[in-house]
Formats: sequence, C-alpha cells, structure tokens
Amino acid sequence: MSAMNNQGRPTGAGEATSSNSIQTYTGNRGLRLEEPLIFELDNPGACGVDLDEPDAFTSRLGSLERKARIGLPGVSEPDVMRHFVRLSRKNYSIDAGLYPLGSCTMKHNPRLNEKMARLAGFGDVHPLQPQKTVQGALELMDTLAHWLKELTGMPAVALSPKAGAHGELCGMMAIRAALAARGEAETRTRILVPESAHGTNPATAALLNYKVDEIPATAEGRVDLAAFKAKLGPDVAAIMLTNPNTCGLFERDIIDIADAVHAAGAYFYCDGANFNAIVGRVRPGDLGIDAMHINLHKTFSTPHGGGGPGAGPVVLSAALAPFAPLPYVVHSADGFKLVETMGEAKVDGTDPFGRMVAFHGQMGMFVRAVAYMMSHGSDGLRQVAEDAVLNANYVLASLKDDLSAPFEGPCMHEALFDDRFLKGTGVETLDFAKAMIDEGYHPMTMYFPLVVHGALLIEPTETESKKTLDQFIGTLKHLAKAAKGNDKTLFTGAPHFAPRHRLDETLAARNPVLRWQPAAPKQAAE
Amino acid sequence: MSEIRFTDQHEWVRVEGDTATIGITDYAQEQLGDVVYVELPEVGKTVAAGDEAAVVESVKAASEVYAPVSGEVVEVNADLEGQPGGVNEDAMGRGWFVKLKLSDKSEFTKLMDEDAYKAFVEGLA
Amino acid sequence: MRYLPLTENDRREMLGVIGAKSVDDLFVDVPVRARRAGLVDLPKRKGELDVDRALSAMAAKNVSAGSVPFFVGAGAYRHHVPSTVDHLIQRSEFLTSYTPYQPEITQGTLQYLFEFQTQVAMLTGMDVANASMYDGSTACGEAVLMAHRVTKRKKAVLSGTLHPHYRAVVENISEVGGYDVEALAPAVSGATEDIISSIGDDTSCVVVQGPSFFGDLIDLRAIADAAHAKGALLIAVVTEIISLGLVTPPGDMGADIVVGEGQSIGNGLNFGGPYVGLFATKTKYVRQMPGRLCGETVDAVGERGFVLTLSTREQHIRREKATSNICTNSGLCCLAFTIHLSLLGEDGFKRLARINHANAVKLADALATVKGVEVLSKTFFNEFTIRLPRSAAGIVDALADKKVIAGLPASRLIPNDKSVENLLIVASTEINTDDDRAAFVAALKEVL
Repeated sequence: MSAMNNQGRPTGAGEATSSNSIQTYTGNRGLRLEEPLIFELDNPGACGVDLDEPDAFTSRLGSLERKARIGLPGVSEPDVMRHFVRLSRKNYSIDAGLYPLGSCTMKHNPRLNEKMARLAGFGDVHPLQPQKTVQGALELMDTLAHWLKELTGMPAVALSPKAGAHGELCGMMAIRAALAARGEAETRTRILVPESAHGTNPATAALLNYKVDEIPATAEGRVDLAAFKAKLGPDVAAIMLTNPNTCGLFERDIIDIADAVHAAGAYFYCDGANFNAIVGRVRPGDLGIDAMHINLHKTFSTPHGGGGPGAGPVVLSAALAPFAPLPYVVHSADGFKLVETMGEAKVDGTDPFGRMVAFHGQMGMFVRAVAYMMSHGSDGLRQVAEDAVLNANYVLASLKDDLSAPFEGPCMHEALFDDRFLKGTGVETLDFAKAMIDEGYHPMTMYFPLVVHGALLIEPTETESKKTLDQFIGTLKHLAKAAKGNDKTLFTGAPHFAPRHRLDETLAARNPVLRWQPAAPKQAAE
Repeated sequence: MSEIRFTDQHEWVRVEGDTATIGITDYAQEQLGDVVYVELPEVGKTVAAGDEAAVVESVKAASEVYAPVSGEVVEVNADLEGQPGGVNEDAMGRGWFVKLKLSDKSEFTKLMDEDAYKAFVEGLA
Repeated sequence: MRYLPLTENDRREMLGVIGAKSVDDLFVDVPVRARRAGLVDLPKRKGELDVDRALSAMAAKNVSAGSVPFFVGAGAYRHHVPSTVDHLIQRSEFLTSYTPYQPEITQGTLQYLFEFQTQVAMLTGMDVANASMYDGSTACGEAVLMAHRVTKRKKAVLSGTLHPHYRAVVENISEVGGYDVEALAPAVSGATEDIISSIGDDTSCVVVQGPSFFGDLIDLRAIADAAHAKGALLIAVVTEIISLGLVTPPGDMGADIVVGEGQSIGNGLNFGGPYVGLFATKTKYVRQMPGRLCGETVDAVGERGFVLTLSTREQHIRREKATSNICTNSGLCCLAFTIHLSLLGEDGFKRLARINHANAVKLADALATVKGVEVLSKTFFNEFTIRLPRSAAGIVDALADKKVIAGLPASRLIPNDKSVENLLIVASTEINTDDDRAAFVAALKEVL
C-alpha cells in the first residue's frame, strides 16, 4: 500500500481526565456557555424580521410554486443575537491572542480595512452596473494591481482568483496557454513539485491533467538541485515551488532553478503563500519567476474569517502576461475600462485563456488589502518582512535547545521544529499542541510539512510584541521540560480548559452526520 | 493448506487453491490508526500485480492498497463498508479486502514469507 | 508604524539573542543579486486619517446601488441585510479566527458551518451540503467535475439557461482538464426540449439554471427523468437563492447536485465578491464532493461537538488525487448567510420571497405599459427579460445619466449576438419602492 499515516496520531477522543467534578444544572461553566443548534431554538411564530405581506397580485410562478415546508426555525432577533454571540465565545482568535499557525500568516487585522470595505461606494456597487458608474471601483482594482506589480517586480497581474489555490489554478492555466501558443501543450505533461509542497500544488496540477513528479529535499530542507535538474526534460511544463518554502527556508538555489527551468523550455510557478517573509525586500520578478499567487488574506492581512473568504491574485511575467484571464482593467481615454469579453481583448491585443470566475474577483478583499498597503507604505511593508523574519528567528533561537530544530541556520518567517525532543517521553506532537490550548494559545501547525517527523511549524508574524513572544517561548520551554521530565499530566487528555475535550474524529468519519435532522414523529411507533 | 506471503508495502496475501485473499498487515493497520473507510474494487475487475486494488482511509490519510499478485476480483469484503474498524480489530482475518482468482502463481512465491516480513518490519523501527 | 509592535530597542535585543549583527544576516540565503537595498517605488506609510481620505474619495466616484432606483441582478442581488448580521460577523472571534483545524477551540465556527450545511440542504431540497465554495460559478465548475467522477464520463451539456459567466467558468476548467462541453445557445424561454434532445449516452451531466439567466422558471422534472434515463446527472444552478422561498426546490424535481450563489442572503453586492458558493447533493455522492464538510461527533466526555470530517477527499491529504484543489472557502460569508437566514426563519424567508416576486410582477406590469417594451418572460421570480425597441446597452447608458440603474443589457455578457441585442434583464427585490418603479418607467419613456 502507499504511504501511510504521516501523522501517526490517534483520531479518537481518547480519555478525559478532567478534574472538574461539579455538575451544573445548565451544563454551563460560568462564562463557558453551552449552546444548542439554531434549529433546536425553534419557537414557531417567532421571527427576527418585520416584513409586511405584499398586496394581492397575480403570481407568475406557473406550476412551480413551492408547496413543502422548508424546515427553518422561527427565532426572534434577541435570541439570534445571543445564539451567535455564544457561539463566537467558543472560538480562539488573533484578536485575543497569538495564533502561531505556520504557513497561515495569522497577523493583526486592522479595523480601518473593514471600515473601508464597507463604504457604500465599494460595498454597495453591483459588478454589472454601467462601467461609467463604477470608475472608483475600477480605480481601486488598478491601484491594487499597481502595488502588487511594484512589490513583485512583475509586469502583469490577474486579480480575479478567489483564493490561493484558485490563484495556483489561474497561474498554471496561463502557463498551459503559453505552452499551447507554442504548440507544446500536448507534449509537456509533467510538473515538478517538491515533496514539501502544500497539498494544493499537486491537486492543482492534477486539475490540468498534469502528471506530478516529486522532487526530493536535501538534508538542509531545500530542493535538491541535482535531483531537480535530472528530472528536467522536454516533457516538463513547469515547476511549482514555494518560496520561502514550507520549512520556512529561502531556496538558495532559486535563480539557478529558474534558469534551468527556462533553459528546458518550461515555466516557473511560485506558490506565494509565504510572501510575507520577503515583501519589500525581495521581488519575485528578480528571481526568474513566471507566475505567483499572492494570498491577500495572508500577506496583506484581510481577515481569515474562520476559513475564508480569501483572495489570490496572480502576478505574471512578460511571457505569460498576454494570456491573463478575463476580466482585467485598462486605462482608456474615458477613464478606466474593464475588459470583459474575448472580443474586447482581441482589440486590446491580448489572448486571455478564459475566465476563472463570474464577475471580477474579491473586491471586498481588494479594498482591505489596499488600505493595508497604503497604511504601511513601501517603508512599512519592508519592515513587515524584517520583523516577521526577526520574530521567527527569535523564537527559533530561543527554543532550539528545548525543542529540536531539524535544520541549521536562520529561518525566514516561520520556525520549524520536529518531534525528536519528545522521543521516549510518551508525549506526541498532538499532545504537546493540545497542552498549549490549556495555556491559552492556539497551537502551531502540526504534522506539516511532511518532510520532517512530527512537525511543529511556528509563524509568529510581525504583529507580535517581544513581550508576547517571551511569554510564548516561556510556555513552550515549560511544556518541553514537563514532557522530558516524564510528567504527562499536562498532556494526557488535554485540553482540559477548552469548550470541548478532544473530539472523536474517528466516529465523525465512520458515521458521518453532516446536517441536523428533526426528530422523527412519534405516533408511528404507538 | 493455505500459505501466506507479504509485500514490502505491507499487504498480505493468502493462497488457497487458485484463490488469493488480500489484506493489509497488522503493522499497517497500526500505522494507519483508526480505519474509517475502505473503497473496494468491483467484482470482475482484473488487476495486475502492483495495481491499485483498494483504498483504505483513516481520518488523516488515504492509502492505496496494491495487488501483490495478478488476477480477477472474485469477491470483496462487503462487511468493511459498514464496519471499517474490522481492519483494525483483525487485519489478518476478517479485515481482508479482496479475493482474486490467481492468474500467475509464480508471482506469489516471489513475495516475502512470514519470517522475512517480520525481519523487514523490525528493520523499519 | 502603528501595526508593528517591535521597537528599535526590541529589535536590537532580539538580534542579540539570535546572534546576528543586523536583520540583513537573517536574509543571507537570498541570492545577492536579488537583494534589494532600497525601497520599492511606492508611497510611504500613511496614518489612518489619510488612508480613509484617499479611499473615501475613490469610493465617492461610484454610484452606489442604494443611492438610485436600482434594478440589476444577473447573479448578484441587492437585498436588505439586517444590522445584526454585520455586527455579528465583525466579532473578533469570527472575523479573526482561522479554518477550524483545532476543534476544541473553534466550536463556534464549526457549529455555524453545521447549521449552514443544514440550511443549504433544506433550501435546495437535498440530503447534504458542504461548508461552501468560493461562489456560484466556481461551485458550478466543481459540480461538473464531480459529475464526471461519478459517471466516469466526460461530457457536460450546458443549457442556454445558464449564466454566461458560469458557462465560461465551466468551459475553462473543462478545457484544461480534457473534458467536453456542449453549450446550447442562450435561451430566453422554452429551453426544455432542446436540453432533453441534447442528452446522449456519453453525457455525464446536464447543467440547468432556474430561475434562468433571463429570469424564467424552469421545470426540471422532465429534464431530470431524461438525464437519469441516459445515466447522466442533473446539476441544477440557482443564482438567486431567495427564489427557493417561493419556488419548488431543485431537490424535489430530481436534481442530483444543486449549486448556487448564496450572496443574496446576508451578503452585500461588493462589486462581485466575496460571495458564497452553495453545493448540495445526495448522500450517496458525498465522497465525491469537493470542499470542506463539518460533521457532528462527541468529545472525550461524551458531549456533542463538531469537527471537519471526510477530509481524505481534500487536497491537504489526498494531494493530486483530491476531489478538488480548494482549500479556503467562504467562511465568514457563510456566517452572514446563516445569521440572516436564522433571523428570517421559515415565515420571514417565505414572506421575503413573496415580496420579491410581488415587486417584480408590479415592475413587469408597469414596464409592459411603456410603448415599444415587451415583457418576454412568461414565468419568473424576481427577475425577467424585456425587449426594447433598440439596443439595450444604449438605453441603459442613457438611463444611468438619469440616475436610474435599469438592469443588465444581455449583450454585455453575450456579445456579438444580434438576437439578444435589444434584451434587458431586469430585477426587482424588496429594496425597490413604488417610487423607484415609477422613476424607472418615467425615465424609460423619456429615453425611448
């Protein structure tokens, strides 16, 4: 069978060792409040909106009027408010504390950006109203494009992709279109992807029917240049490389890699998830990259929102620029113009590969990102990269004797540890992470990247103070010492102080319950 | 008399007459953790040695199970659809995946015997 | 810089701990010729007031939908979103949390995703729904790929009812994946026979939007039967989700996969995004679904809780064999959807749908009285198509000068097609007043 559980960790709920034996009547524990599902709050007749029934009219529904009940609960506004406020209190958030998820860039989300995105001129404009009525919106898109191009040193950008993985797809489609224009779409069928890559890279390549060929890593956590060159050939379409890579390291040979890729007639796709480490200091265009997506929700601080929405604009080299998808913004004599159709593009002299999405992309995210960029400016953005890298190296240097670091030398924006320091302790990476929850922290990324065993990937970001980091470092030292001292009480059954104990993922997967169902009516049995 | 052999990919195969029963080893199920889903091939499908014969999933991984020998699928373990935990509980017994009608018995004899597999697994630790 | 807590003193001390002379030492792995000494050519930092001024000035150049009589739909609809929604989604714990990978401290997100999945399944009349896609158009593309996996066929039939942008998205993803697409000509009405006759033995799925791009209601039952008879799946697309308060849901008409745009509930127009893609299907296809799924389970002391589940379908585990490359979804937009729909409830949601329909009927009747205007849609929900005596684009342009945003000229999305050149697609939701409709009719009479 193929590669097995790289995580090697239990997925059941395990044993709880909670010391809290007092049972409350409500199940609540002071400020730790239990909350039913919204459907269980149904109070037929209650409603959270006041709408008047329309005057009599002749319906135009034909034979398609809905007959059946939908099943939605009736809940008043105060009860809806309370329901969601209570739910919110079961979540950890960057506003409440350090959120050191490696590769996720959980930085401060300025509220100015929220305010700007809600200006009626941005938030309350329709994507298809006449272009002359949305000149400011097009200007905003053009402004974002300008900043992204300057920061990356790339001549073009496709704004429409909805998230990082969608940006990857866009970039790879541009590469495929460029190959097709050379008549090589059918012959170049292989994509080189380092084994440390994000899962989205091979998944994206597969969507384009490419064969994924893994490049091994060196003992230093970087692409093995010799092995990579040996894999190049006339059937290679592109390399997909993350830089800085998922081990938090800059790929030293990146220019050689780019040169070799181009010499072989292939293109260089860069996963820009970790752009935060180099923004303002290194331009991907100077490294020989042909396409790179930028997660606006990482580097440019649009809020993660519990898993989205994101935005994944893709910067493109001169070789790929003509194939950028529809739509895109151009300047014309009358102001800004959105090129939306193949016919207009032809007049404009471009050859778009198609369309990624309805409308024009994540405008709400564009506004936030521009507000963030303007606030920082060229000087502030450079400082962002420097402080992000400084903070990560401070964590690495402070913890390398307590935890175990697999690679030598400075890191970029995130510090990678493995689980050698836990060997023989009976404590696993998972237990260590869960104990952090009891200490009031969101754990770091665990078990990724796969190239080291029991990975712990810490990305503090630039918006953490030294004082916060010192306390975090102190906590991890404390936990590491406890684990090595064979004191498992902090780890077994952790977390104890969270809204839930460990959850039974095995049960969830073996017996999927993916929606609420009303209780079956009783009368049948009696 | 049945005979059992192993692959370096942690599949086992037991042959009785010209029928080969295939599963994953106890070591493999332990590495996988709780098995939550098993995807089995259609009866009648022909597989060559090394082809993907099934997929076994834990919460955090999906692994292909390769056919150690070539043949036609004559039966699959339908019990695993409702009770995938059977793989964890009895990997070498009722946690079997597929039965094949053997097409080339010499493939079988090339595989590791029990002692060789045991030594192989010890070498992985 | 106000967002950066480190002081020069902190930086010095930290470099000391690291054992580096300057921050440049930390960038030693960057090839020398790629190191930039100076700043990139962009403006320097700005205080909050200056940023606010600059962006407010830009925003002021746009005509916001709420400032004029407004009738554009075509896949994005202006509805009233209760104040509670925006307040709640801006709570720190929702706004600034990540994907719920640590379920013990993300039950808030997981529970609302479970509620969202349930609501979507209920509205569409399907068994299960996922925790959202990017938007309706990408959900549509994913549905087609899923149908190919289920049927092991590779040809999709796209009906002429489908939003042209959705069609373009499906064509794009199909082309690079090596799949076939048969796209039927845009159908203002009466598409059923054409759709049925185009379903063949090699058809994986047929994609039908209802209400259609032109506003027509589509009875899916005969199409579903025809598709199933050939072993194909029916993918139903809903771009105006409010319609499901009044119109028979696709699940009750035999759809196998329902995808939709959920923007209308809880989410503003935002010039096209972020929106929220809805994706629902039958239980038997759940392992072929793309995107995150939240499931119910228990914790170590037996209390109910929620986790992300069936993740082996997804890219972070399955890599090149994943059902999709999607990672980020539309979490916060789902939350807005769930809160708004919770406020509406069964009664409020259905009444909202009736108000929308009533307003559209009133507008259609009023426009029908204008000389030279013909209402083409026989059945519709809150959007319909009219034929104007000359190019709709020019008329919309003239109406915009009179501060009426009248609708979408079909030619904007279907260029170079004489048959649609005079067609205008008009939407009317609960936001429109009698005054708005009167202003539209009066302005139209003036420009015609």
